[in-house]
Amino acid sequence: MSTAAATHDEHHDHGPAKGLMRWITTTNHKDIGSLYLLFALLMFFIGGAMAMVIRAELFQPGMQLVQPEFFNSMTTVHALVMIFGAVMPAFTGLANWLIPMMIGAPDMALPRLNNFSFWILPFAFTMLLLTFFMDGGAPAGGWTLYPPLVLQLGEAFPFMIFAIHLMGISSIMGSINVIVTILNMRAPGMTLMKMPLFVWTWLITAYLLIATMPVLAGAVTMLLTDKFAGTSFFSAAGGGDPVMFQHIFWFFGHPEVYILILPAFGVVSAIVPTFARKPLFGYSSMVYATASIAFLSFIVWAHHMFTVGMPVVGELFFMYATMMIAVPTGVKVFNWVSTMWKGSMTFETPMLFAIGFIFMFTIGGFSGLMLAIAPADFQYHDTYFVVAHFHYVLVTGAIYSIMAATYYWLPKWTGNMYNETLGKWHFWISTISVNVLFFPQHFLGLAGMPRRIPDYSVQFADWNMVSSIGGFVFGASQLLFAFIVFKTIRGGEKASSQVWEGAKGLEWTLSSPPPYHSFTQAPEVK
Amino acid sequence: MAHTSDHYYVPHGSHWPIVASVGLTTGVVGAALAFNGANLMVLMVGLAIIAFMMFGWFSTVIKESLGGMYNEQVDRSFRQGMMWFIFSEVMFFAAFFGALFYARVLSVPWLLGVDTGAATHQLLWSGYNEAWPTNGPGDVGGQFETMGAWGIPALNTVLLLTSGVTVTLAHWALKARDQAKTVLWLAATVLLGATFLGFQAYEYIHAYSELNLTLGSGIYGSTFFMLTGFHGFHVTIGTVMLLVITLRAAKGHFTPDRHFAFEGVAWYWHFVDVVWLGLFIFVYVL
Repeated sequence: MSTAAATHDEHHDHGPAKGLMRWITTTNHKDIGSLYLLFALLMFFIGGAMAMVIRAELFQPGMQLVQPEFFNSMTTVHALVMIFGAVMPAFTGLANWLIPMMIGAPDMALPRLNNFSFWILPFAFTMLLLTFFMDGGAPAGGWTLYPPLVLQLGEAFPFMIFAIHLMGISSIMGSINVIVTILNMRAPGMTLMKMPLFVWTWLITAYLLIATMPVLAGAVTMLLTDKFAGTSFFSAAGGGDPVMFQHIFWFFGHPEVYILILPAFGVVSAIVPTFARKPLFGYSSMVYATASIAFLSFIVWAHHMFTVGMPVVGELFFMYATMMIAVPTGVKVFNWVSTMWKGSMTFETPMLFAIGFIFMFTIGGFSGLMLAIAPADFQYHDTYFVVAHFHYVLVTGAIYSIMAATYYWLPKWTGNMYNETLGKWHFWISTISVNVLFFPQHFLGLAGMPRRIPDYSVQFADWNMVSSIGGFVFGASQLLFAFIVFKTIRGGEKASSQVWEGAKGLEWTLSSPPPYHSFTQAPEVK
Repeated sequence: MAHTSDHYYVPHGSHWPIVASVGLTTGVVGAALAFNGANLMVLMVGLAIIAFMMFGWFSTVIKESLGGMYNEQVDRSFRQGMMWFIFSEVMFFAAFFGALFYARVLSVPWLLGVDTGAATHQLLWSGYNEAWPTNGPGDVGGQFETMGAWGIPALNTVLLLTSGVTVTLAHWALKARDQAKTVLWLAATVLLGATFLGFQAYEYIHAYSELNLTLGSGIYGSTFFMLTGFHGFHVTIGTVMLLVITLRAAKGHFTPDRHFAFEGVAWYWHFVDVVWLGLFIFVYVL
């Protein structure tokens, strides 16, 4: 990649620096995008390894491999690593690579801040992962950090809190950069309603991040002072309330869920029209649906806490508000399907992942609707049904879209085509195994198996074994993904600028790989 | 000022961000170690690196700005970036105001037996009957007196509101190319900010030594000190920023149509001002 970028750079005043310092001091959106994506891939495997430990322990009933405390650390840190270390940085990496190219800008608006946003992350996650070696072990109270349980954590406690602060600082600065880039760096003629949907979804995602990450920072700061400075925010004896933490946390947490999925909507909205060879159906309704989902995300948080003991009025409000989200989400799904309707479709790997996304994300959406029904949620709450639900929206949703995006834009980024046969193998093995992994968890949950438990009653044994087998295959098949990506980076059949016959948008007008500075002269957008 | 570039300025590779990351990490690792009982050495090293970084990073940006490398579009990026940063700060304070409202409107009444809290009240703390201000049924931190609104806090409100006026007068003077007045009004703003901080320090000492009102005084003490404390921290940052801007104004860094740094600091100062009004009403008066 570096040699290709350098040769394309002769008419610019400066190209990439050499060696390791290039990556440490870079202010280039493509370099930083690559760093984010590679970091996300590394975290995906670290978080994935933890998931393998979880599935191995749950392969059979009884305590088999690990201590219960360590098992709890696995579920907790798996979540933190996957959410903040894999999915969010992967989307930020895509934003870095793509947004300047899609809107016709030379780079991100604030390039040094961009570097800072990335380089906080390796330190934050090193700190988080080192907590495994501390007295009292790694965080084990669940990623939601509920007090009073989380306050029992040992030496790791302040390290965990500060790691979260660092991730928050990184996200906020990254999001400021994205918003300013989109609002201030568009080529002449690129009006807001001409922007690709990926840019739109990221604009709204960045807004959600700036609005909610500081709230998380506030919540964990209160945890910190409750533990060390004698405050009583979450202690009823002092007039506080542990439930208050849950409200503040989920005021962040629910928009966070959409932070993890809105850019995925943008990716799918880019890929489906390309391979259906039709323009996206209902572009403006997609924009409005995204904005509606973002708005609703701020008024539904307590559906995560239906069983905590809220007044009935609260239960009803949050139930109905949550159900309303199905409307704009439905608009999106219908629009994707309508885009494919009567299209001349082909099924290259990115399209397979995008269609897989539409199918399986919708399954996750439907189980979400089931969970939204407050009286029914009293049964589902904290069971494996919830685990199945959010893994359908996050693995076959968010992660699938990231994989679709990787296959779709990798030829643009590297100048090389990936191996289509291997890509298809990766899709089919992943898709079969991920359903073997997560679908039975619906049954386990409805039958009453609680989540975050290392051992279970024997009636749950069969489906757990099935689920674990699916998990091992899914985990192993991601090694194939890494292999395909690195093989493509190293070489392969040369890709044209256009790459895909049906692809539309400014990024496809640049060479593959694109020049080091995307658009030094702003393109004309009609 | 040299002529302004047509191209959007994309800086060369910079080593300041990695210095910032290392400084930030050292700082928080130091803080975490200190919470676990170690001394403050690592934290101090971290803060020193951060101070060094800020000095260096801002110097670079000032040099580039004076060198005419930023066109209008770059200026707009800085402005929008600052606005969104202030918005993130607003949301940070919103979390603590939210905690205050939740406790006052919902959870303390529940502890008193209202609505869904009836069972808790009867079974656990049937004797508990003090509404806001409260340190909870456990009388955490012992008996305390609350801080009155119409002494120092009212005076501080006047000080901050006045400082909002002086910073605007400085802005008008800057636009009128009156450097002496710009510096004078900025210096007045710094002085008002510093006086505010002095009064608040006095108020804290008063609270701890005479009112037995501490960070550990239940939910009242928690919300009181965390809200006013984070606000005071922001006033401190704002005062330092104003001081830097005063020195830069004295050096003649700003022109009537190009002075983003001045405006960014002024916006920040107004934000701190507005937060204080919220504090004065909801923490002190009501």
